[in-house]
Amino acid sequence: MFTQMHSLYESAWVIPALPFLSFLLIAFVTKRSKGLSAAISILAILTSLALAIAIVLGVVGSGAEIVEHPAVVNVNWLDIQGLTINFGTLVDPLSTMMLFVVTLVASMVQIYSVGYMHGDRGWSRYFAYQSLFAMSMLGLVISTNLLELFVFWELVGLCSYLLIGFWYHKVSAREAAKKAFITTRVGDFGLLLGILFLYGQFGTLDFAQLAQAMNANLQGLVLAGGVSYITLTTFLLFTGPIGKSGQFPLHVWLPDAMEGPTPVSALIHAATMVVAGVYLVGRMYFMFQHAAPSALEFVAGIGALTAIFAASIAIAQDDIKRILAYSTLSQLGYMMFALGVGALTASMFHLMTHAFFKALMFLGAGSVIHALHEKQNIWDMGGLWKKMPITGWTFFIGVLAISGIPPFAGFWSKDEILAAALHNGHPIIYAVGLFTAFLTAFYMSRLFFVAFMGPEKKENHPHESPYWMTVPLIVLAFFSVVGGLVALPTHNFAFFVRDYVNLNGVVALKEFEPEGLAWGLAGISVLAGLLGIGLAYMTYVRQAIQAEAVVAKFPGVYKLLKNKYYIDEIYLWLIHHIMDGLAKVLYWFDIYIVDGIINGLALITRGSARGLRRMHTGQMQTYALVFFFAVVVIYLVYTLGEGQFAALNPLAMLGGVK
Amino acid sequence: MSVTAVQAAQAMSPLLPIALLAPVVAALIIVFLPKEESKTIKIVAALGTFVSLAISLYVFFAYNRTVGGPQFNLTLPWIKDIGVTLAFGVDGISLPLLLLTNLIGFSAVYSSWNIDKRVKEFFVLLLILITGVMGTFIARDLFIFFLFYEIVVIPIYIMVIIWGSTKRVAKEYAGMKLTIYLLMGSAFLLVALVMLYLKAGGQGNPTFMFDELARRQNLYDPNFQKLAFGLMLFGFGSLISMFPFHSWSPDGYAGAPTAVSMIHAGVLKKIGGYGLIRLGVMVLPIGAKFWAPLIAVLAVSGVLYAAFIALAQKDLKYVIGYSSVSHMGYVMIAIAALNPTSLDGAIAMMFAHGVMSALFFSMIGFIYEKSHTRNIADLGGLAHQMPRLAVGFLLAGMASLGLPGTVNFVSEFTIFMGTIKVFPVPAILGIAGVIFTAVYTLRVIANVLFGPRRPEWDHLKDLRGPELVPLVIFVFVIFATGIIPNLVFGLINSGVTSSGLAKVLETLGQAKIGGLF
Repeated sequence: MFTQMHSLYESAWVIPALPFLSFLLIAFVTKRSKGLSAAISILAILTSLALAIAIVLGVVGSGAEIVEHPAVVNVNWLDIQGLTINFGTLVDPLSTMMLFVVTLVASMVQIYSVGYMHGDRGWSRYFAYQSLFAMSMLGLVISTNLLELFVFWELVGLCSYLLIGFWYHKVSAREAAKKAFITTRVGDFGLLLGILFLYGQFGTLDFAQLAQAMNANLQGLVLAGGVSYITLTTFLLFTGPIGKSGQFPLHVWLPDAMEGPTPVSALIHAATMVVAGVYLVGRMYFMFQHAAPSALEFVAGIGALTAIFAASIAIAQDDIKRILAYSTLSQLGYMMFALGVGALTASMFHLMTHAFFKALMFLGAGSVIHALHEKQNIWDMGGLWKKMPITGWTFFIGVLAISGIPPFAGFWSKDEILAAALHNGHPIIYAVGLFTAFLTAFYMSRLFFVAFMGPEKKENHPHESPYWMTVPLIVLAFFSVVGGLVALPTHNFAFFVRDYVNLNGVVALKEFEPEGLAWGLAGISVLAGLLGIGLAYMTYVRQAIQAEAVVAKFPGVYKLLKNKYYIDEIYLWLIHHIMDGLAKVLYWFDIYIVDGIINGLALITRGSARGLRRMHTGQMQTYALVFFFAVVVIYLVYTLGEGQFAALNPLAMLGGVK
Repeated sequence: MSVTAVQAAQAMSPLLPIALLAPVVAALIIVFLPKEESKTIKIVAALGTFVSLAISLYVFFAYNRTVGGPQFNLTLPWIKDIGVTLAFGVDGISLPLLLLTNLIGFSAVYSSWNIDKRVKEFFVLLLILITGVMGTFIARDLFIFFLFYEIVVIPIYIMVIIWGSTKRVAKEYAGMKLTIYLLMGSAFLLVALVMLYLKAGGQGNPTFMFDELARRQNLYDPNFQKLAFGLMLFGFGSLISMFPFHSWSPDGYAGAPTAVSMIHAGVLKKIGGYGLIRLGVMVLPIGAKFWAPLIAVLAVSGVLYAAFIALAQKDLKYVIGYSSVSHMGYVMIAIAALNPTSLDGAIAMMFAHGVMSALFFSMIGFIYEKSHTRNIADLGGLAHQMPRLAVGFLLAGMASLGLPGTVNFVSEFTIFMGTIKVFPVPAILGIAGVIFTAVYTLRVIANVLFGPRRPEWDHLKDLRGPELVPLVIFVFVIFATGIIPNLVFGLINSGVTSSGLAKVLETLGQAKIGGLF
């Protein structure tokens, strides 16, 4: 049985290979045929989904075996003196979960796109990018080492760039794409340094070997100032996830990334690519355990800050996609602080459930935008539930899921995170998380009540979207309902994706011990969610609280939130005045100083040549005159040269005869 | 490894001289063609360079990597009295650069397909230029190397001042600057070479052979090595546009016609890096060690300095010109790190940058040829009218900023890996350069390719027919060698380990030699 499964795991490379094949086919063969391009792309990703499901079933069947012995295949990629890198596939419960989530959401998004992108001129290009993205993301999650992961990490960044700027005729899309690439690159700089440091120290980037090596020797690796090498490297490595997963202060690109087509936002900027940072931290979690506690505290702090910071901005936004984008940031912060408080399992669990319900809500938003002909302001919507029942109901499920209402998926994962925060001794983080849960429920319900309930707008003529779009909504809604139930059986999610434990410098997987739900804590967080929904209901449906009045009371706060704490403005100022200013100064320096010296040298050469030219007059008399005076001088030197002129005597200098 | 395999690998072979002569023959045929026959001239030029390309591809795949060392040799005594030998051959260090030369040479012909001014003279000079560059990489004798190096200077000057373009600076100024810089560098080099030759032949048996010069290392005392390497550093350093001797490069590329920019940025300036490795590090290791800290500092200054200046440029060619200065900083810091990994990276980076910059210059050449402007502000939204060109431009940009999947990424990564232990601070600063590279590259891409459609460019025709050749070739090479890096890295590594370079570096690593600082 297990050997059979093993050959299945060893063919995991097929899962990313299929979308890559589809990318090549579309790019080189079928790009002129819209139908074929979409068919190939969807067929490829559905086959990958089927394979991923087979692997999921295999892993669940293998039980503890696969947890302790992941299936690894490696092939040499680069082999030179001092640097050997393999590429391979790694199948363990974590990567299996990611494979399933990515292939599921990607196939739903691609099917949905058939309806959403209908009539777009860039159709084939769109599906080619989608396939390329699926390949990169799937490659990322089954990487066996950090460099392989980094390669795919950058490739998903490229796809994100291409898809944000998909409608490249729009200046806003063009700028947003550029911003996304550069911002994440700032984080990648640290990640790259971390990778280099790790290889320099351990001579390998393989996850399993690194884990072993770190267990073997940690002593004697202390740098100056008492910071250990591992801790420094951990901090460096973490900058990558800060950029990719939109953590403060590199979160600025994600809201702008909403310039891309909405299915892209659902897939890349909500469900899959942005969680790559969380996944990376999860994958390298053994290193965070080895590092000084400050590393994980930093992760928790950044995560919690991002969670509450982004949620507070989301309250004051009016664009449906931007609200969802800030919500994504906030939820990513949630996953990050879960990692920070030591709850790897809970974080990965939330990653999965979030992928379901956030992709669902983005696609729902896309359905609304599609129906309203590109209107994105929630105040231009209203009363959509009646006109678009499938979109309305599925969106409502999404709202309940993200608000943490049982039994929807978000309830289980969010509750585990909050429980872990309190349990592991981080009461402040717990409080922040709880308050964020309340804010989340509030702004999501606000969105829902304003857009889907309330009075209809006369100028809108919404109609339910085609089946291409509603079927993916229903599938994702299904997973948003039941996705959390994997926490229930004895061999549950926590059994497969295990936490780590650090025992005297040796980091290992924790023994699995089934834990019941902490009903008290769960009750509190459900209460927070209900409060949020209730407050939104009172404000936006019953209108018992006047939103305008609240805004009028705190104009400064509202302005600050509305303008996203002016972070973008600060960055722009830095870019325009510091970076571009420095560029201009250096250019000036190059033209006038560096080049000036060169041109100056040229001028001196030319000038001295002009001077020397005077001597070659061609007149016999001049030459004779010079000759005569020269003879006189030489004679004088010879005759008077005995004493003080001796040094000038050329013959004396040469040691010649006298 | 069997003895026969070694013998087979080291057997004499006329292939390299044939590759060298093919463009010369083509040039001779063109000389006798009537100048109206511009189509035939172009086809002959393409055929000539194709023969060289085909041979270098064959050599690339037929080279025995396990045996290593110089292969496909042809050695004929030439001027016996002073020890000049007509010796050709390639190893893992020179072979990638030979292949690069011919890839770019062949594509350069197609990038000049639409030229209509003095076609005959242009292609004759272009073929001579390609021959000259090729000669430097297959020469195993210093004298021959220098000879070819000097051959290169002449066509470049003429080509810039006749077919060049005047923008910020006049093309005459640009051509003059380029040439004088090259000549200045070669003057210093000549002094160093003569010194080296005299030292090596001081006890009789004069020689110019690289291997032999390297073998006689114990004849060169440390002070001599420091002086000679210093002279070479100036000569080769200005050729590879090392900061602060770089200012010829942006002006020169901007003034030069497309094919010259491609060849110059793509391969010619790599002679500097190649020379520093082949002559500097291998022959004068103590000198190299002495100057290494200075090189590292200058290199990393160059990386950041040029990247920042590229941000402030308005002319497309200047952006790529400064970007090329910036990228060469990585090659220099890798050479300064003096270990096998970093030198692998340096050579690979020269290859990678060559392909990338040739693609970039080729695309810019087409843009300029069709739109008659290179001013970034005047361009925009070209992806609407020229989607194929946009693909080439975008991929060149992605290679430039070191995207994984391109060979440029692997090269940069290898360089960083090789340098970070030796020069941690300069290396980290250099790695920070990747951020600014991304900024200027993405800005150019955004401002030239994307944005609203501009009606004034609606008349532009996308690349088609022969114009597609450079795009296809370079994109294929960038990704093939980027996805399967062992293809080229295996060769380079075999060159570094089998040429004695690795051994030199090992002894250097153990020896305690005071550096400059």
